[in-house]
Amino acid sequence: MKLLVLESSGLVASVALMEENSMICEFTMNHKKTHSQTLLPMVDEMMKITGFNKKELDAVAISKGPGSFTGLRIGSATAKGLAQALNIPVVSISSLEGLAANLYGTSDLICPIMDARRSQVYAGVFQYEGDRLHARMKDDAIAVADLIEVLNEKGEPVIFLGDGVPVYQKLLEEGLKVPFRFAPAHMNRQRAGAVGMLAVQYYNEGRVESARDHKPEYLRKSQAERELMEKQNGSN
Amino acid sequence: MNKDNNQDVMILAIESSCDETAAAVVKNGREVLSNVISSQIELHKLFGGVVPEIASRKHIEKINQVIDEALETAGVTLDDMDAIAVTYGPGLVGALLVGVAQAKALAYAADKPLVGVHHIEGHISANYIEHKDLEPPFLCLVASGGHSHLVMVKDYGCYEIIGRTRDDAAGEAFDKVARAIGLGYPGGPKIDKLAKEGDPHAIVFPRAKIADSPDDFSFSGLKSAVLNYLNQCEMKGIEVNKADVAASFQEAVIDVLTTHSIEAAKRNGIKRFAIAGGVASNSSLRGRMEQACKKNGIEFYHPSPIYCTDNAAMIGAAGYYDYLRGIRDGWDLNAIPNLKIGAR
Repeated sequence: MKLLVLESSGLVASVALMEENSMICEFTMNHKKTHSQTLLPMVDEMMKITGFNKKELDAVAISKGPGSFTGLRIGSATAKGLAQALNIPVVSISSLEGLAANLYGTSDLICPIMDARRSQVYAGVFQYEGDRLHARMKDDAIAVADLIEVLNEKGEPVIFLGDGVPVYQKLLEEGLKVPFRFAPAHMNRQRAGAVGMLAVQYYNEGRVESARDHKPEYLRKSQAERELMEKQNGSN
Repeated sequence: MNKDNNQDVMILAIESSCDETAAAVVKNGREVLSNVISSQIELHKLFGGVVPEIASRKHIEKINQVIDEALETAGVTLDDMDAIAVTYGPGLVGALLVGVAQAKALAYAADKPLVGVHHIEGHISANYIEHKDLEPPFLCLVASGGHSHLVMVKDYGCYEIIGRTRDDAAGEAFDKVARAIGLGYPGGPKIDKLAKEGDPHAIVFPRAKIADSPDDFSFSGLKSAVLNYLNQCEMKGIEVNKADVAASFQEAVIDVLTTHSIEAAKRNGIKRFAIAGGVASNSSLRGRMEQACKKNGIEFYHPSPIYCTDNAAMIGAAGYYDYLRGIRDGWDLNAIPNLKIGAR
């Protein structure tokens, strides 16, 4: 079983090739160029250098969100195009669960946070139980203050990672009443390999969708829709 | 299909620059085998105009279905294609990116060449579809919600803008005036319809001329004049005849577009003139252009309304000539929201 994995939910562009439970190759870049310019060239390079044939792929896995709307759509459209042309399914993985999967080996709570602007983060709370990652809070667009409250109530040590850390580190340090740590650079950003590890599990459990049905998970309506709803609620 | 024995060139074209998700299969640049358009207009009406983020979200939900339909209707498969063409600008960047990423992935996975196409060059090339005799050189007026250009088509893939709007695009003025008289979005077809019931000479609105460049347009003064007129009527308590306003406004736009176009054609010794873009489906504009061209011994060309609106068949037409010129894009092709005509 061979899976191609794409991750472009944040600033990081990352692609990986999984075969059964091993990771054959992973390219990750955390730099300025747009995903539109990097993602598919990285896939092409990875296939060339490994000598893998794209026609042998069994599925395309994608980090479905939440995250940067544009980044999600570039990844999603790329996955949908590849899956449509190769006539294979899409495996859709939460970008937050993918981030959390980086921290195998701890029994602490794992809290990936991505900057969602407007004083909010896209956040999830996860915990490893044995080899499996379990969600202890549903993925959400949440105010940092509310997230701190949720974590204080849980009363367990927590490790943070993600691009929301440098933005909100001070707020977290001030508000948290539980022990906390921040994951180091080699494991604190999105990696397609971690998404791929989860994707292999999902694929084996038959949790796949068609190219046509797949769409990103934004966790937030567009600004225009929010404003329209506020206006309608205000006039009622 | 063995390409060595078959000279036909089949192109799958994708367009997602604004609020239509579209795919088409075009043979040899002029024969449309399918032309599928999924419009989002109803959705954007709620907001009085196109909302970029909503447009981008809808594109990604629809695009695979639209492509499947285009292939099925044409009775072909992706393998039968010689190339994949996609609009990469100008347009809304988020919307463009969906089509570009999708087209690149399809082309990569199916081992097909990728051809990035300019949206406006697509609109111009829409004229090739129904006019098998039309060949460059010709002059083309491109008028839409985002563009008002006079473009000299010197050869296939070789364009020069000789006139452009200094402010609002013609279609933009239609949308703004339509909103002011309560017609809603999109304004073009609504004004066209209402104008038929009004007197085009009831109110005289200004026709702007740019002193040093006779081929350029300006529509913001005209738009302001209409808004001022409406304000004054309201202040004086005079009831506005909306049909007369629509007809008189449209008359002023058409007058400017027609006069500039014919003068430019004459000055450049051009005997073939075409129109393109959303505003080109305005029935009064077509009628007037046809008359004016006839009077001046100029052959007049225009696409059917279905090829005036944003569609992918026109991208297949333009993409075919780009393909013949040897244009191939890499997997790093990006969306360019302000892409210039004839940029390569």
